[in-house]
Amino acid sequence: MSAILEVIRLRKHFSTIEAVREVSFQVKAGTCFGLLGPNGAGKTTTMEIVEDIITPTSGQILYKGQPRSSAFREEIGIQFQHTSLLNFLTVEETLKTFSRLYKEPEDLEEIINRCDLSALRKQRNNRLSGGQTQRLMLALALINRPQLIFLDEPSTGLDPQSRRNLWNIITGLKNEGKTLILTTHSMEEAEYLCDEIAIMDQGTIIAMGSPEHLIQAHCGLISIILPRSAWTITAHNLPFTIQEQDNEVIVLTPEIHVGLQTLMDLGINLKHVSIHSPNLEDVFLHLTGKKLRE
Amino acid sequence: MNLNRIWAVFQARNAEFFRDRAAFGWNFAFPFLIIVGFGLIFSGREYTQFKVGVFPSTGDVVELSRSTIPPALHKDRHVVFLPIPDRTEGEKLLNHHKIDLLLDANSPVHAYWINDTSPNGSIAERIFLASFMANQHIPEKGITHGVQVRYIDWLLPGILAMNMMFSALWGVGYVIVRYRKNGALKRLKATPLTALEYLSAQMFSRIFLLMFTLCIVWFGTDLIFDIHVQGSYFLISLIFLLGGLNLCSIGLILAARGTSEEFTSGILNFISWPMMFLSEVWFSLEGSPPWVHTLSRFFPLTHLLTAARRVMSDGASFADVRWECGILLFSTLICLSVAALLFSWNE
Repeated sequence: MSAILEVIRLRKHFSTIEAVREVSFQVKAGTCFGLLGPNGAGKTTTMEIVEDIITPTSGQILYKGQPRSSAFREEIGIQFQHTSLLNFLTVEETLKTFSRLYKEPEDLEEIINRCDLSALRKQRNNRLSGGQTQRLMLALALINRPQLIFLDEPSTGLDPQSRRNLWNIITGLKNEGKTLILTTHSMEEAEYLCDEIAIMDQGTIIAMGSPEHLIQAHCGLISIILPRSAWTITAHNLPFTIQEQDNEVIVLTPEIHVGLQTLMDLGINLKHVSIHSPNLEDVFLHLTGKKLRE
Repeated sequence: MNLNRIWAVFQARNAEFFRDRAAFGWNFAFPFLIIVGFGLIFSGREYTQFKVGVFPSTGDVVELSRSTIPPALHKDRHVVFLPIPDRTEGEKLLNHHKIDLLLDANSPVHAYWINDTSPNGSIAERIFLASFMANQHIPEKGITHGVQVRYIDWLLPGILAMNMMFSALWGVGYVIVRYRKNGALKRLKATPLTALEYLSAQMFSRIFLLMFTLCIVWFGTDLIFDIHVQGSYFLISLIFLLGGLNLCSIGLILAARGTSEEFTSGILNFISWPMMFLSEVWFSLEGSPPWVHTLSRFFPLTHLLTAARRVMSDGASFADVRWECGILLFSTLICLSVAALLFSWNE
């Protein structure tokens, strides 16, 4: 697959603060690319530079191998993290207004159905709940049949059901061959939706790859967690790494079934065992020494 | 320039304006109430009445027949007599400009007091002194002929222009800054809509609303006061249209940058208040120092009002007011260009 978007050595200064530092990445057509990182990592700034909302201090952005032209805005859709709409317009009027700003808008009924806005079409924007507003924002991002869709923290503030519905819509877009770029600080969201992830911290990308690749490369071991009372053997000459903590012992193994079989062979009581598979949170912790939500 | 995009934003902005019932209602109520209020106040006798305090008086009414005050003054319709208990109280009221003249009702020498700093006091003094000349030879009096411009006819364009100024500056300048602050402009920037298209739509929307308001208020005022217009209604509309465009374009310059509503509010006040007082909205600048006249010529409201009043009161033609129209049009183009150059969607 060819790259639909190339970001090359992007930098952005806000007076004395360097918000984005030498950020480079490529996004392949038809994939979902995620920028994962804690608040203040520079994800939104990077995203808004790529969207052509703010100008970079330096760096280059290529869309379909060329610098972005006026056609770029016809072909992209954006769901911002923080934005507002005209309060006194209804959902349907807002969609109509925005659809008239594009040359080839999507069919309004199609958008309304996809984003589950049928019941809200006569509702005024200022009377929508947080989740309903997010759905409208997503609908606006899709109003022009975009080839490239930017979603900035799309599930922030949504309840679990709404989040699941949103993920289904995004998965549907992926299946249609759309290219998506999303920012999130939810490792669960990134793992579920993204084909490739760039982990950002303090304005720079600290790791990049598929979720599986990142986890394998940085935190390949599965944790088998036992209460200390169950640990009845001496920890030496064992075929895995042991981490002893106050009330528990953590056994780190690359293969879960091998680890469990070995513990059973050693006569360890596995009644209160718990297992933790590594995830992107662990990758971030491993790379930065801090948690994503810190 | 894509006219379809401009039309879409124009319609959206209009819908928002008409549905915000509080703001919509106030846009009509404000000028209408002011015109009606001032029309009623200044068309009555109260406008020219001078307050003359008379002491010693104990009741609610001054007993003029028992006083030494000249009978000619009793009947003067420009004078209203107020009972004052004593001289001390009377002087206090004079010092605070609450009365214009103080008379001693029992003084054989017709003693009176005025506040030297009060222009009304000076006129009231002359009326008082003139009342001693009754039955003596007085100069011949003449009354002007031709059309007399009533205060309400003079005031109406001023109030309409003032409302237009506030509506244009705040409805464009303040609103766009608010849109920028809450991210609405950022959302529009993400579309193919250009800055010039957006600003044009905002300006056309506002000018449509301004002219709509103007027509309704004018019609309502005409029903009550039978407004006298000597010149062409079309020309008056054109002058207000040019004035409105000019004021909107100034609003667009203010809205070109910035996200602070408080700062914008301060700047808007800084611009609008001097314009309101020095553009002859409420009173004529006749007799004020030359520098005040010079300063007032920098304000578009001055040119708008000069032209509108000449057409209304003197029946002036387009040729007579072409300079005012030209200045309004030219400065609109300058302001629009500056606004388009400075405009930022999100900074």
